[in-house]
Amino acid sequence: MRLLDSDLWEEIFDSLRKNRTRTFLTAFGIFWGVFMLILLMGGGKGLETMLGENFAGAASNSGFMISNTTSEPYKGFRSGRNWELELDDVARIRNCVSEISVVTPILQKWGARALANDKSCRVSLTGQYADYGKVDNPKMRHGRALTDADGVQHRKVCVIGKRVAEELFPHLENPCGEFLRIDSINYCIIGVSGKGSGGINIGGNPQTTVYLPYETMRQMYNRGNEADVVALVAKDEYPMSEVQYKVEALLKRVHMIHPKDTQALIKVNTEAIFSMIDSLFTGVSILVWMIGLGTLLAGAIGVSNIMVVTVKERTTEIGIRRAIGATPKDILTMVMSESIVLTLIAGMSGISLAVFILQIVENATHADFPTAQFQISFGVAIGAALLLTVLGVLAGMAPAIRAMKIKPVDAMREE
Amino acid sequence: MIHLTNIHKTYQGAQPLHVLKGIDLHIAKGEFVAIMGASGSGKSTLLNILGILDDYDEGEYRLDGTLIRNLSETKAADYRNRMIGFIFQSFNLIPFKDAMENVALPLFYQGVSRKKRNQLAMEYLEKVGLKEWAHHLPNELSGGQKQRVAIARALITQPRIILADEPTGALDSKTSLEVMQLLRKLHEQGLTIIVVTHESGVAYQAEKIVHIRDGQIERVEVNDGSVNSPFGVNGVMK
Repeated sequence: MRLLDSDLWEEIFDSLRKNRTRTFLTAFGIFWGVFMLILLMGGGKGLETMLGENFAGAASNSGFMISNTTSEPYKGFRSGRNWELELDDVARIRNCVSEISVVTPILQKWGARALANDKSCRVSLTGQYADYGKVDNPKMRHGRALTDADGVQHRKVCVIGKRVAEELFPHLENPCGEFLRIDSINYCIIGVSGKGSGGINIGGNPQTTVYLPYETMRQMYNRGNEADVVALVAKDEYPMSEVQYKVEALLKRVHMIHPKDTQALIKVNTEAIFSMIDSLFTGVSILVWMIGLGTLLAGAIGVSNIMVVTVKERTTEIGIRRAIGATPKDILTMVMSESIVLTLIAGMSGISLAVFILQIVENATHADFPTAQFQISFGVAIGAALLLTVLGVLAGMAPAIRAMKIKPVDAMREE
Repeated sequence: MIHLTNIHKTYQGAQPLHVLKGIDLHIAKGEFVAIMGASGSGKSTLLNILGILDDYDEGEYRLDGTLIRNLSETKAADYRNRMIGFIFQSFNLIPFKDAMENVALPLFYQGVSRKKRNQLAMEYLEKVGLKEWAHHLPNELSGGQKQRVAIARALITQPRIILADEPTGALDSKTSLEVMQLLRKLHEQGLTIIVVTHESGVAYQAEKIVHIRDGQIERVEVNDGSVNSPFGVNGVMK
């Protein structure tokens, strides 16, 4: 078989090497197409994993309930009534809604000022139980998270956000054990939260939040029985969006709120957010594929075009070859192999350069996003190479058929 | 060697052109024949048919006993490769291949190994006196040298016949002489050579001159000695 003949390859590389400009121009379209495709794919994936890292630790099936003024009169109550979620609601939900695995109340206070030594910064306060870690894991940077024992004993301890630590203790790597003062009360810092600012934020930017044990905050700020927010996590098999309706119905019944009142209870649902982000990235990756494949296809058509011109330019050469004994199949093989070899070489360099650049990006973002992944997988690279071969064949087809039709007599006419 | 019987050829088109109107021509092995005629006389068409580059409509063409008629492209390519050596007016060397590679090319299509064919190509280049130029590209060679490379390429497959289409058309008289002397030398070694030309100086180097006019053979002249030809007088041809 001629295809396996090393001579044929010599012949192909020879004519590619000895027509450098033509080879380069032809190859560039494919090179650029593959380069863009791989780069976009890696970039899209990198952004997705970067965003995913922001949400890491947040339960994907969680929800939050927040009370608001009513908008419907009901059972003798006027509309526009203020009401509050209360600690008893937590117990009610826990007892009545079996699909819920975690339910925990949160207290919040905005606009407090934290002081330490001669430094100060604005913070928001959040009081939470240890259970909250199951809703959104704080990923401690230093020290430990809040425990139930901290609350039971009303300890004046706190976990602080990363920014708070930087502002108040700029020279300390680990501020655990230091004290800060908020509203004339000193708290001992036991941990620094590692959450970034991009994830799920209930109650302000986690980087500028001071977290207190629920019981401590409740006592210090005279918060009685009410809870600002009730956080929920549903068992995996039940989607939060459905479970939340059950919780809503229960709370509305207990608090004498019109069942159709849409304003009285604010529901936030991470499942919906996550599915929105998911579909966003599906959209992004469809776009990436469209742009990438489009560019690649344009490259292949470019190759085909240039090959057609090349064949025209080489009419004499092909005619000579035919006159001295090349069969039409020889000519077909020649043009096709040149197209495939050219496409593959250009494509491989495109893949290599894209992989190289993606690696640089990945290394550069590694410090902030250790799990972000820009690099394409080996399978994708192999797939791209196969795609290139197919494109090479397709691109070579039209010019090869044209070349095959050249009659040896044409060689002599061309003068 | 070559038997043409009543060959007709018409080019189809808006105005069908009857180019060859019954050609009968017999060329024996080892002959040196020139085909002469004005342009448009049909001599190039005749050469194309002889070289299996074109098909004919009527008649019979036998080359070394083989009937050449309605061959497939593949078969025709194979016959061209093995039986015929071409020499063209415009040399038709492949510009990005050096002299040796150009000479070796026909053997590539026979599937001869690179080493073997390059070795053979060197031998043939030596025969035409261009051994030192083996690794020069065609555009680094003079016209005469190019034509000698083309001759070496025509010879390398040891063909039954050599077909030369205006081999001196693009050369000056001095190099024309050299090329024709080379062809004569090959003829003396027993090769069958057919030269198509419109220059009488070239034609009178051959033993037999076939005059073609309006698609028919006007007369066949046997050249009894080159003394009569202008070529014989101090080598001036044009």
